[in-house]
Amino acid sequence: MGDRIRVGSGAGYAGDRWDPAVELAEHGGLDFLAFECLAERTIARENLARHHDPDKGYNPLLAERMRAVLPACAARGIRVLSNMGAANPEAAGRRICEIAAEEGLAALRTAVVLGDDVQAIVAGMPELALLETGDPLESILPRMASANAYLGADSIVAALQTGADVVVTGRVADPSLFLGPLLYGLGWSYDDYPMLGQGTVAGHLLECAGQVTGGYFADPGKKDVAGLARLGFPLAEVAVNGDVVITKVAGSGGRVDTMTCTEQLLYEIGDPAQYITPDCVLDITEVHFAADGPDRVRVLGARARPRTPTYKVSVGYFDGFIGEGQMSYGGINAEARARLAGDVVRERLALRGIATDDLRIELIGVESLHGTGAGRPEPYEARLRVAGRTEDRTAAEAIGQEVETLYTNGPAGGAGAFASVREVLAVQSVLLPRDLVTASVRVVDGS
Amino acid sequence: MTVRVYDLAHARTGDKGHGVNVAVIAYDQAGYAHLDRHLTAEKVMAAFAHFAAGPVHRYPLPRLRAFNFVVDHALGGGVTANLSQDLHGKSLSSLMLTITLPDRDETR
Repeated sequence: MGDRIRVGSGAGYAGDRWDPAVELAEHGGLDFLAFECLAERTIARENLARHHDPDKGYNPLLAERMRAVLPACAARGIRVLSNMGAANPEAAGRRICEIAAEEGLAALRTAVVLGDDVQAIVAGMPELALLETGDPLESILPRMASANAYLGADSIVAALQTGADVVVTGRVADPSLFLGPLLYGLGWSYDDYPMLGQGTVAGHLLECAGQVTGGYFADPGKKDVAGLARLGFPLAEVAVNGDVVITKVAGSGGRVDTMTCTEQLLYEIGDPAQYITPDCVLDITEVHFAADGPDRVRVLGARARPRTPTYKVSVGYFDGFIGEGQMSYGGINAEARARLAGDVVRERLALRGIATDDLRIELIGVESLHGTGAGRPEPYEARLRVAGRTEDRTAAEAIGQEVETLYTNGPAGGAGAFASVREVLAVQSVLLPRDLVTASVRVVDGS
Repeated sequence: MTVRVYDLAHARTGDKGHGVNVAVIAYDQAGYAHLDRHLTAEKVMAAFAHFAAGPVHRYPLPRLRAFNFVVDHALGGGVTANLSQDLHGKSLSSLMLTITLPDRDETR
């Protein structure tokens, strides 16, 4: 494919914008366009959708995104990758082929990566230790909603080797979704660790899309971002010798510079000397950046050590409900009225015998994000927020209900009640020996 | 006199299981040196103590003029079970930037 390829990032999370992906497809000079759409909890939620309908369980915006980018990608030979398959990559693959046919691209082929769903395997291993709590997996097995191994870039390479135009996966480590096309397109060996290091850093910088081009960054007057409303998404230009440049389409909104790249490099990093992916153990302690023209940043100094003998597995499980209610108070003595309202809700829930594992009562605009602090001025407005964890849905509903009844049963001037209930899908992790996980590829087409 | 972390650095938060990481990136080398001297793990723990159990790990990254702080047990039960509005701790970089340190002039 040549000694230099360009990989674009079309999404940074499940619900992300897709106009920037179209912009990248049309003007990015891309070879590959990858969409990272799978947060830790997303797959557990999509597994629920699949239980209700066996044809669902993939990203709800799959159709919109594919319809938007496939024509431009097909016209330019850009190959598309995504983990939008979520809990049902096969159904996602079929849907992509349907959309391609509707767009006059009936010859388009989609490779589906399978094997990340390891529920059946871990169900037989109750002794596995949960990384977060140290408890055995057994403690959550009866409530398990999903278990997915983070597959590596090798699974993506295998899918690209089929010649497919689109690759759709379930759980794959975020940087691996970008490292895969680099390995494939540049002919790198899966044991060439210096290249895996540079490629994994490139993937890490791209995986949250707009977060490296000026999203999650602006602070007016201090750190300004021009054209934030038209924020462009990034692409990496990567050479066969491991040279990496992060940039974006000329004329798009946002900025790519050492500041945005440094923030994103360190995003979700624990020990910078050992960032574990399925492909390698990345060390970013010597990574640094060099300006390479407007909105172009060169990435240098990534190192990598051999991959670990295990795959990380995210186990989603049902963990009760969260009920919530909110009500606003304004003007003189607003904070005191909001506090009284909170006390009333707490007492009414107790009087009704509503059991909560944990009840949080706080004032938005005062303390809800960072807690209380000395010397802060009294706010003009305060919004009461009551949130509680419960075993069952009815108890969760009672929380929002008791906030809403404050209208006619609470302090003066309560306004703008809001109530919600959601089922909690919690996530913990286990490590699974690699030889127990078998990734495979299946090609589907319009026929 | 004091100086805020906000005056010396920019910051970004990400979630890490039951904790968060907060990257603090100095605008210049003098700022990095000042942060290196005064923005200790203990100082950060004190600022986060009212809702994070800790501990706080501090990783200096001199090539980036940055520090990575990992604040453990800052999200009650991880992202999916947290009762906070801020499920991922995404606002916590803003808390980090409010920390005040001795002014640069007094530390020469």
